[in-house]
Amino acid sequence: MTPDREALFRYALRLGDDSLVLGQRLGEWCGKAPMLEVDLALANLALDLIGQATHLLGYAGEVEGVGRDGDTLAFHRDVLDFANCLLVEQPNGDFARTIARQFLFSLWRKGLLEGLCASTDATLAGIAKKAIKETRYHLRFASEWMVRLGDGTDESRARVIDALDWCWRFVDELFEADPVTAALVAAGVAPDPAALRAPFDAELDTVLAEATLERPASRRGVVGGRAGHHSEHLGHLLSEMQFLPRAYPDAVW
Amino acid sequence: MSRAPTALLDRAARIRAILAAVPDPEIPAVSVMDLGIVRDIDPEGRSVVITPTYTGCPATAVIERSIREALAGAGLGDVRLVSRLDPPWTTDWITVEGRDKLLAWGIAPPPASSRLKGEAPACPRCGSLETEEVSRFGSTPCKALWRCRDCAEPFDRFKCH
Repeated sequence: MTPDREALFRYALRLGDDSLVLGQRLGEWCGKAPMLEVDLALANLALDLIGQATHLLGYAGEVEGVGRDGDTLAFHRDVLDFANCLLVEQPNGDFARTIARQFLFSLWRKGLLEGLCASTDATLAGIAKKAIKETRYHLRFASEWMVRLGDGTDESRARVIDALDWCWRFVDELFEADPVTAALVAAGVAPDPAALRAPFDAELDTVLAEATLERPASRRGVVGGRAGHHSEHLGHLLSEMQFLPRAYPDAVW
Repeated sequence: MSRAPTALLDRAARIRAILAAVPDPEIPAVSVMDLGIVRDIDPEGRSVVITPTYTGCPATAVIERSIREALAGAGLGDVRLVSRLDPPWTTDWITVEGRDKLLAWGIAPPPASSRLKGEAPACPRCGSLETEEVSRFGSTPCKALWRCRDCAEPFDRFKCH
């Protein structure tokens, strides 16, 4: 692979892994969400994300060009080869933590996809145009719950403050630049990650104000997911997600 | 020489007729043509372009297989099936007949244009406009759950997408 193709492969892999891991996490709520409507909603979000992962990982495999397809990338890689951000692999926690995680992720992802719609890479632009519609929906859902929890009961408020505080340490990583993004920004393939921060903060503040919440105190962000340095949680998630294709490699859909 | 183009036209028309009878697996009242899933049939009837509705819709694979089987069953197994994402599918592509069929099936169709997305749908049972959204996420990725305040019946609404 040329360095350009290598960067594109890595980038598609990151986007795909973000979607896949969060989709798997949200699927864990299926059948035990606080109420039926939320159960359906979280399962729908999970489906959208796994659908996006199918496209993104499929494209990563195509760019890599050694015969790995989306399923191979999803089911036959180990923890260290996953390039998702740390935010998405965090356990669901209580409902507030799931919502805070979704809110931060969807808000960041919306800005990223808006930028990718104008990508010079036609495939990424096509996937982004499709995914942006779904992501706006996810953001609306999560924002409304942030307001409901933050401006709700004492209990819901205390929990969502805790949740936001927990998730906050993983936000800086989303805007991190590295040689992969630098190469793609220069080629017009990807938006500059750092440039997504200001619009993210502005929209964040609007929702938090409505939820009568404050932005958590800034602290040093935890990073490393893009380079394969994950929390222990990801391995447990993969062991469940990958079990069947690993135990029965000949199984087909 | 003069007969060839007619034969080719026939082939495309045949494909169109076959696909008009392939139902959506989740909402069998409407066909893949009604929903705008079939984006293009080339004039010579050699290939069909389809598009997924929602990226995570589990019906996508079933739809593709149903189309292949229907074509193969009619001796058109050599038609190439191409999946295209861009421009992304929108509910604006659901045909007028498709909207009527959805309504008759008890599902409020999406508005005729996505610019009208903010408007409440009429209740598919009693026609009242006094309706409210219960949940933005429903039984399938494409539907939201609504309720009629007049007749009190819950109903599915095809999301404006």
